[in-house]
Amino acid sequence: MRDAFIRSLIQVAEADRRVVLMTGDLGFGVLDEYRKRFPNQFYNVGVAEQNLAGVAAGLALTGHVVFTYSIGNFPILRCLEQVRNDICYHEADVKIVTVGGGMAYGALGFSHFATEDLAILRALPQMTVVAPGDPIEVERLVPQIVRHRGPVYLRLGRAGEKPRHEPGVEVILGQPTRARRGTDVLLLTTGGMLPVALQASQDLQEDGVSAAVVSVHTLQPLPAETLCEMAAPFPAVVTCEEHTIRGGLGGAVAEALLEGGITTAFRRFGLATPFPTGVGSQDYLRAANALDAPALRSLVLSVAPARR
Amino acid sequence: MTDTPVVELERLARAIRVETLHMVSRGGASHVGSVFSCAEVLACLYASVLRVRPAEPDWPDRDRFVMSKGHAAAGLYAVLALRGFFPKTRLAEFYADGGSLYGHVTHKGVPGVDVSTGSLGHGLALSVGLATGAARIGAPWRVFALLSDGECDEGSTWEAALLAPAWKLSRLTVVVDFNKIQSLGRVDEVVPLEPLAAKWRAFGWETDEVDGHDIPALLPLLERPPGNRPRCIIAHTVKGKGVSFMEDKLLWHYRTPRGEEFERALAELERPT
Repeated sequence: MRDAFIRSLIQVAEADRRVVLMTGDLGFGVLDEYRKRFPNQFYNVGVAEQNLAGVAAGLALTGHVVFTYSIGNFPILRCLEQVRNDICYHEADVKIVTVGGGMAYGALGFSHFATEDLAILRALPQMTVVAPGDPIEVERLVPQIVRHRGPVYLRLGRAGEKPRHEPGVEVILGQPTRARRGTDVLLLTTGGMLPVALQASQDLQEDGVSAAVVSVHTLQPLPAETLCEMAAPFPAVVTCEEHTIRGGLGGAVAEALLEGGITTAFRRFGLATPFPTGVGSQDYLRAANALDAPALRSLVLSVAPARR
Repeated sequence: MTDTPVVELERLARAIRVETLHMVSRGGASHVGSVFSCAEVLACLYASVLRVRPAEPDWPDRDRFVMSKGHAAAGLYAVLALRGFFPKTRLAEFYADGGSLYGHVTHKGVPGVDVSTGSLGHGLALSVGLATGAARIGAPWRVFALLSDGECDEGSTWEAALLAPAWKLSRLTVVVDFNKIQSLGRVDEVVPLEPLAAKWRAFGWETDEVDGHDIPALLPLLERPPGNRPRCIIAHTVKGKGVSFMEDKLLWHYRTPRGEEFERALAELERPT
């Protein structure tokens, strides 16, 4: 996803000179090509995230589209008040990009896990919250994020995720994107959980359960009406996120479904413990913290019982 | 005989204090002392230094002013009204139920205000961003930021102070209203800032110290054309300046002047010099 982001950013920076990239001294090796091609559209403010957010807001007020770039919680929670007051309140054209959504930085530890970001960012006024599920979604969404006026939070995974959608898929900012059709349970996923949900839906075939998978890459504003329409025919809905189960996709969808009169069986699949346990890669941590495909399969079977 | 510019500016500074006294008293607000310490700075900026057009507040080539000490909002609103950005009658809407002027600087719906503040330590980074944008587009305008001494406690102030000289933001001028009193006590007792000018100088700023109430000394510093790096003016000021019983008193960071106190303060400000 990280590389898809940089590829897309290079394209938009080429076409639109108002676009600048501002890093908080991170992106070793990743930003080199961008920096080489657009030395005048690149800034490094140093290890100073409050400054990153505030300077980006000021620069955006002069007619620029500013992408801030850093890791995990650094460009959001370290400077949350700058994001709220300087970026959101001024409706500044700042696009905050974080790499390492969820536990993508695996062995680096708790400081590098972004596992409460969606809940916190979606509460901020005027903030559009986007967590793409694969590199194709990233490529399709970046140009739309540039065209969208106002603050955006773009939560990326890491490098090397495989494309999960068909190459011709249509991805629209603000609308969910279908990844797999099914009839018994609707899996709504956000961010890097898309492959986990797809794997689980495949495994569930053995249980005779037909699972549909939809990527809810735009969490805020949530496409509530579309989600209600999608959910209505299903006997069960499960949300999937690499994030605390409190207040993220699960909370947002629960609000939307209840207010929309959809009273289907509903479960949230996410991090249930205060702190993830274990040391290891993202895949290891997902398995250790009941956030992998087998765990999702069990949860689904508890609400959408096997047919055989 | 017409008055000299200095006399005009002194008159404007006094008018800022008078309007602020009315606003703060009427609204039951705080921070009168924080406005009085920077009245001369605001008068010089809005009547002489800033290239702004009261009738065209969004003029693209206007100089940008960032009131980083957002708690002194009454003073900014007063000078904007006195310079014709909006009617003086609107000052009655400060801090009032159903009003339109918050107790901290707010840009939404207020002509002449570009940037909202109120939480300390935000204004300098915003100013660095604005000055960077001006440089990128080759704009003719400059950026002025007014900081309190208290917000020099904020780490974020120093993040921005490190960056501006590194990026050679020569179109940026900071004024620190060094009135020596912060929220809970004297600056030198809470977290000493001195030697403050030496700190800014060491960070790479062209730095001067001046009596912030001495308009003939202050004005030339503000009016100098840009050099080759950002500029900092440490304005030594007196909190509550202009009203004898408010001067250099922590109490008037918070207290609302009412009744006899209000009358005495007004009489002192309106006394002919």
